[in-house]
Amino acid sequence: MSLYSFGLEPLSCHAWNKDRTQIAISPNSNVVHIYQKQGKEWTKIHELTEHSGRITGIDWAPESNRIVTCASDRNAYVWTLKDGVWKPTLVLVRINRAATCVKWSPLENKFALGSGAKLISVCYFEKENDWWLSKHIKKPINSTVLSLDWHPNNILLAAGSADLHCRIFSTYIKDIEDKPGPTPWGSKMPFGEVLLEYKECGGWVHSVCFSPSGDALAWVSHNSAISVANATQGKEVTQLTTGHLPLLSMLYVSETEIVAAGHDCCPYQFSYKGPGCLEFVKKVDIPKQSSKGNMSAMQHFRNLDKKATTEEEETGLGSLHQNSITQLCILEGPKAKVEKFSSVGLDGAMVVWDFKH
Amino acid sequence: MSKNTVSDRFRKVDVDEYDENKFVDEEEGGENQLGPDEAEVDSLIRQGNLMGALQAVLKNPPINTKNQNVKDRAEGLVLKVLSSFKSTDIEKGVQSLDKNGVDLLMKYIYKGFEQPSENNSAVLLQWHEKALSAGGVGCIVRVLTARKTV
Repeated sequence: MSLYSFGLEPLSCHAWNKDRTQIAISPNSNVVHIYQKQGKEWTKIHELTEHSGRITGIDWAPESNRIVTCASDRNAYVWTLKDGVWKPTLVLVRINRAATCVKWSPLENKFALGSGAKLISVCYFEKENDWWLSKHIKKPINSTVLSLDWHPNNILLAAGSADLHCRIFSTYIKDIEDKPGPTPWGSKMPFGEVLLEYKECGGWVHSVCFSPSGDALAWVSHNSAISVANATQGKEVTQLTTGHLPLLSMLYVSETEIVAAGHDCCPYQFSYKGPGCLEFVKKVDIPKQSSKGNMSAMQHFRNLDKKATTEEEETGLGSLHQNSITQLCILEGPKAKVEKFSSVGLDGAMVVWDFKH
Repeated sequence: MSKNTVSDRFRKVDVDEYDENKFVDEEEGGENQLGPDEAEVDSLIRQGNLMGALQAVLKNPPINTKNQNVKDRAEGLVLKVLSSFKSTDIEKGVQSLDKNGVDLLMKYIYKGFEQPSENNSAVLLQWHEKALSAGGVGCIVRVLTARKTV
């Protein structure tokens, strides 16, 4: 476990490059900073300034080394590294509200963008005209799309939205890819087809994540619950309500173990073994041991003088992060056996966590 | 002054009703929900079986119905049961409930907070403390995020 503070500003989002030596972050502004790891420190090497609104999503494609960013200015840019400089290319996403989240597909030939315009924009590169085109998925989304995740087959896309629904769509674009084979979620997959629509999420769906095989979909919602839908068991949904504050981001660290974090400022581990078997395992954060040693009389009076109290008041939280965690990201290990993951939060810190299987 | 500035009735128009993009909750049939059985709960209280009364009053919550009377009656009944518990028994009462029961109890408690009166505030606060230690803050978050409540 290690913590690095990138300043006082909250970190809205982050993304890693392929070998994890560089991190792209946005400090709650319209700029993306890219930092390079140097020993234990991080030094800023690039600043991506093209957006005019607050950056809401960053994703870094590991193989093709392209970064896609989206912001509240209703735009998305794809950045490519040319001669050591990141050059932006505007993508016509054709939305009339802020973009909220963006994710490259597993094969990196397209990306999906969620927005407040109640639609998802699936964008792909058209070689003939040398620009990015977008196709919209509108029905039956009724409110802002808050989170997206791709299925390993590069076609299915899960979307959590503020209309309290969690859905899986097909994003099959016949111009650029072959027809997908059937999956446990369904076999007919024209563009925009809804393969799962779950309406009793109980709250805004903040984060969705497919399991490594793609056969299960988990999400966290604002009613402090985590749910899993299992395609191999008739798309049955198991929901676990927790006694914690709502979770904002989640990751699968193996086929059955899930890590989620949110307003409680520390990651929690959950385990899903089958329908009806979703349970809380433990807190991933080890709380700071507060040293309530014997205070000398001198310290007593000093405290009384300075703070008008003799109690040793802890003003910080017991967890590593001092404010809500906004995003989790896999750092090391394949999706099926994650060894390390990173978290960024509103406290401006980035923490690297180890996961023992 | 010209005539059309005299009336200010336009200020009372609810413009959100005319918004085409307004988010509408899905309708779910709730006409048959009658709330907890008053007779059953009353007889259990009279017999002194307060645990049973608690279980009974948390059955059939009028969540989906639009009938305000049914909701008020249910709330009144719940308050009656909660007030008849002795302070020392409240914790046991909460322990006897499952997760969903604690969530439902918290919904009724907050509904009770909406209309504070001499009698019920202290009782509700004691129940709130015990329900909070059983359900955690997540339980309260679910009261706040529930689109349809008691």
